[in-house]
Amino acid sequence: MRDADIERAASRAVTDPADDAVKMRRRRSGRAVAGVAGGVADHLDVKVLWVRLTFALFAAFGGAGVLAYGMLWVFVPQAKRDVRTAEVSRKERQQARGLLALGIGLAIGIGTLSNTFNGWVAGGIGVTLVGVALVWQEADQSTRRRASSLVLGEGGRGALVRVLSGAALVITGITLFLVRSVDLDQMQFALLSVLAALIGVAVLTVPFWLRLVRDLGEERRERIRSEERAEIAAHLHDSVLQTLALIQKQAEAPREVLRLARGQERQLRGWLYGPSGYGRSGDKVDAADRMTFAESVAQSCGEVEDTFAIQVQQVVVGDCELDERLTGLVFAAREAVVNAAKHAEVSEVSVYAEVEPEQVTIFVRDRGKGFDPAAVPGDRHGLADSIRGRMERNGGELRLRTAPGEGTEVQLHMPRETVSA
Amino acid sequence: MTSEKGPVRVFLVDDHGLFRAGVRAELDSITDEVEVVGEAGTVGEAVAGIGHRKPDVVLLDVHMPDGGGAEVLRRARPENPETVFLALSVSDAAEDVIAVIRAGARGYVTKTISSHELVRAVVRVSEGDAVFSPRLAGFVLDAFADRPGAAPISDPELDLLTPRERDVLRLLARGYAYKEIASELFISVKTVETHVSSVLRKTQLSNRYELSRWASDRRLV
Repeated sequence: MRDADIERAASRAVTDPADDAVKMRRRRSGRAVAGVAGGVADHLDVKVLWVRLTFALFAAFGGAGVLAYGMLWVFVPQAKRDVRTAEVSRKERQQARGLLALGIGLAIGIGTLSNTFNGWVAGGIGVTLVGVALVWQEADQSTRRRASSLVLGEGGRGALVRVLSGAALVITGITLFLVRSVDLDQMQFALLSVLAALIGVAVLTVPFWLRLVRDLGEERRERIRSEERAEIAAHLHDSVLQTLALIQKQAEAPREVLRLARGQERQLRGWLYGPSGYGRSGDKVDAADRMTFAESVAQSCGEVEDTFAIQVQQVVVGDCELDERLTGLVFAAREAVVNAAKHAEVSEVSVYAEVEPEQVTIFVRDRGKGFDPAAVPGDRHGLADSIRGRMERNGGELRLRTAPGEGTEVQLHMPRETVSA
Repeated sequence: MTSEKGPVRVFLVDDHGLFRAGVRAELDSITDEVEVVGEAGTVGEAVAGIGHRKPDVVLLDVHMPDGGGAEVLRRARPENPETVFLALSVSDAAEDVIAVIRAGARGYVTKTISSHELVRAVVRVSEGDAVFSPRLAGFVLDAFADRPGAAPISDPELDLLTPRERDVLRLLARGYAYKEIASELFISVKTVETHVSSVLRKTQLSNRYELSRWASDRRLV
């Protein structure tokens, strides 16, 4: 997980990949039954009147229009809540109802005339369809509310009444159908009614299951996305925005601005690319409690940067576990950087560390004013004690290259424990 | 390559308009050695712009949508063999840096580089040299280091750094300028340049490591 992945993730979070642009959605407002006709009209970019008329006319052909409408109702999701279509006029609404009545009338009328089904069957089926429509419509209302109240949503008593009456209609319709079609053979009747009840329940709940799956997936995606966004926003607010505010206040003090900017940069880098950082996919979390040599060098350099408002450019080649000697080495290097920051009168110090099989080396270099080692007063203990002393106590070695005007380079060599032991 | 006649013609590629404007202003104000002839904010624009403008040097951001600097290199380099690419990025991730180098960039510098150093780097790559920031030098040393689990050496010519190249890289990583490296190693600046170019070639062509593997190896010294 490196920056490239992060950027990909970020762009994923911002843009819905090819989502809403092409998908058909049922209208949420301005609908007569379920918004199917409106959705189709929006999708095909034609007038809704024509779509409704088509459905109505096709209802004449053995109820094909009704069937198509029902299928679309089940399989096409509703438009999102925030998608608003224009309000419909009263006339259009009446037109829609008229066409609805026409469609149903045609389906029943033609069906009866052509004897595909006779009156009582049509009656039974008709009643069933009305019941199903009632319940499904209620389901549309409750879509995207909590799953626990799937059927009733938050519509209260009205919704309950509608659903119950819908269910009652379905049962009545099916019973009506059965009573007429079965010759009262008791066994068969009982079996069939169980079957019918099951079919009824299945038919009634189809849209709920479909929508449940769809909405849960959508909701989960949405939630992950918004949590992610919130986390990034919170982090940026706490860190970057605060620092920018501080920088504006300190605009007159360039060194302070530099210090703030570097500190913030380091922190943000750590957050993005660090071992347990945002950009890592959670690997090596256990490494966090024990710092490695490279991390320790980075941390020390960072501390000096913050304290002395200089830039420490560090390059570390290789890495290894930190032991007592290497801790001493890092402390010595830190002290050398501090010396450079204090005395060299530069704004940048280079630190180069290399881990080799036999030894670890750190170079601390500045291009500052340098000094004459022989002329250092005896009461200055920085270099003598904390660097040379520390190195020698741990079995390491210090070399110094400096001259007035030539900058300073402190070379620290520390053999690795595995070899000397 | 063409720097003897007139300023080096530079093309900027970065998806941050603010950064492009800043670099452009700096380059225009401090020197007439370089001249910004165009800029682009996306991979597509960059490929088209480079083909159209035929710049000497492209300053290339590593991180951009749609594939980033490496993608620009892949698409623009074959058709513009005269143009050299210098990667310029805030990224510290070794894989990204090595990836643009292997895609054909002649060097890599970080965005915190001072304007004067940037001009020097641009002029240097335009003359055919490689430009290694200390950090890149460190990455390359790391990548070629011998360690358990490293990929076997199949072509010693490409898969190993010579001791001299290693010395030069170390000094580069320590922040030495070419001139300082030359006097430190008692060689000429030209020789330093030759070593660096050779290291660049090895970095681009060596099969020594697969990048992903190298990255995961990093912690296992």
